[in-house]
Amino acid sequence: MNLELGDLEELYQDVILDHSRRPRNFGELSDAAVRVHGDNPACGDEIHLAVKFNGNGGLEEIKFTGHGCAISQASASLMTTKLKGKSRDEVEEMLRSFHDLVTSENNDAPKKLGDLRAMRGVRKFPQRVKCAMLPWRAVEQALRQTEGEATVSTEEPEFA
Amino acid sequence: MHKVATSRVDWSALREDFPILQERVNGHPLIYFDSAATSQKPRAVLDVVRNYYEHENANVHRGLHALSARATEHYEKSRQRVADFIGAASADEIVFTRGTTESINLVAQAWGGKFLRAGDVILLTEMEHHSNLVPWQLLAGRIGARLRFVPVRDDGTLELEKLSSLLTAEVKIFAFTHVSNSLGTINPVAELCQKARSVGAMTLVDAAQSIGHMPLNVQELGCDFLAFSGHKMCAPTGVGVLYGGLDVLDSVPPWHGGGEMITSVTLEKSTFKKPPHRFEAGTPNIAGAIGLAAAIDYLEGIGRAEIFKHDVDLASYALQGMADVTGLHVLGPSRDRGGVISFVMGAAHPHDLTTFADQYGLALRGGHHCNQPLMRRFGVPGTSRASFYLYSTREEIDRMVDILDKAVRFFK
Repeated sequence: MNLELGDLEELYQDVILDHSRRPRNFGELSDAAVRVHGDNPACGDEIHLAVKFNGNGGLEEIKFTGHGCAISQASASLMTTKLKGKSRDEVEEMLRSFHDLVTSENNDAPKKLGDLRAMRGVRKFPQRVKCAMLPWRAVEQALRQTEGEATVSTEEPEFA
Repeated sequence: MHKVATSRVDWSALREDFPILQERVNGHPLIYFDSAATSQKPRAVLDVVRNYYEHENANVHRGLHALSARATEHYEKSRQRVADFIGAASADEIVFTRGTTESINLVAQAWGGKFLRAGDVILLTEMEHHSNLVPWQLLAGRIGARLRFVPVRDDGTLELEKLSSLLTAEVKIFAFTHVSNSLGTINPVAELCQKARSVGAMTLVDAAQSIGHMPLNVQELGCDFLAFSGHKMCAPTGVGVLYGGLDVLDSVPPWHGGGEMITSVTLEKSTFKKPPHRFEAGTPNIAGAIGLAAAIDYLEGIGRAEIFKHDVDLASYALQGMADVTGLHVLGPSRDRGGVISFVMGAAHPHDLTTFADQYGLALRGGHHCNQPLMRRFGVPGTSRASFYLYSTREEIDRMVDILDKAVRFFK
């Protein structure tokens, strides 16, 4: 196997291709407290995230719809699987760990990330970091928001 | 079997003129199929630009010293070279700009700002690049003009039978692309200009994708304005052209103010030069203009008719090879098209495919290609795009098809 194919196979690990083809927690959440629309205007990827909180502000239920590349869809699917039932602090910590995982060269992929560690191949493809982070930007906004609707973008806020 | 086109041009020898084609990407020889975004530059152009900076560099139109005279002469000779290249009647009809986008903004803001009124109609098409859409949206928003669009058929051609109902007396300008940067569609420019003229509408042709790829003569096309960039036709980035007839340009007020475009200035007011200098405020991209003239020399040495035949041959060869790739669907016309092929694949999203191809040294474009409304029209978030130029080869297309087959297996 040559090195280049190695990078590709590390980026598109089986667990990622599986989640992109059969995304988990994909669908509507009728009693959601927050809905966040995440856009990547550079490539047209969209994630619509719906979140319901429990009494302590943790994530009781989290679902998504949308479309995009394998990386953004798998990231959303893996993320929702991991974050369901987590407390606010745990979600925030996971967000930081995941960001490090996909951006930092010397990161040993903490065990607590579980299947999300499969996303570590993204770090060798800087142009794809936004794809991986899109659903996480949406969940970050959902925590800030706690109710209502919002739109987040991987680009800077626009002047309209 | 696909017939091998006969040509007097030695296309594979010509690749030696482009130093960048020797690059290796991710361990593979570069296959550069993103020429619709920007073309590569031949050594002849690189040498002229370097020579300018080493032997002629000075500001134009103002120094009395020898270098300034040399730079001015070379800059103005380049303007004449452009005029000859597009069949303009005079070098005064050639305004140097930063590129197609700036050329169109100049027309929208300076010409449109003077001549358009609330309620007037700006006619565009559904296949315009954002550069021939957003400037008109800005103008329409400012003055209360309306935008209308010629629809695009499923086969990627313009719905011309709708033209008579769209092209009414309210239309003050019809601005459209010559060749679609996403679909490769070649529009019937002369016919469209003639129809616009018959209702008294002005025309602007976006020639960004056609200028370096096929013979083009503004008097034969019958357009009022024509806009193009140097960088898609082997010239450096940052230089482009707005063509306008002398009378038309003379009716347009100044746009950017500054040095070089004035005749006299007091603290209260200024008077302005005649076109084209009226529209070239500040120090222009002198090296860029000189590089553009060198690119014209280079392309004319090969012949634009030959280049067009080469493009068309590569496009039809590629369409044939791509037809056998599982789940691959090509957008745009099946024939009479330029060397731009947009496609979607069932197995892989355009961004995944672009990343995959890049690992094999194949440069494709993935995304909306500055054509978001057109992508919506076809119900896709984006496409992958392969675009060819004079240095592209059938052998590279074979390798692309092989990489696409690999992608189908990888992502299945």
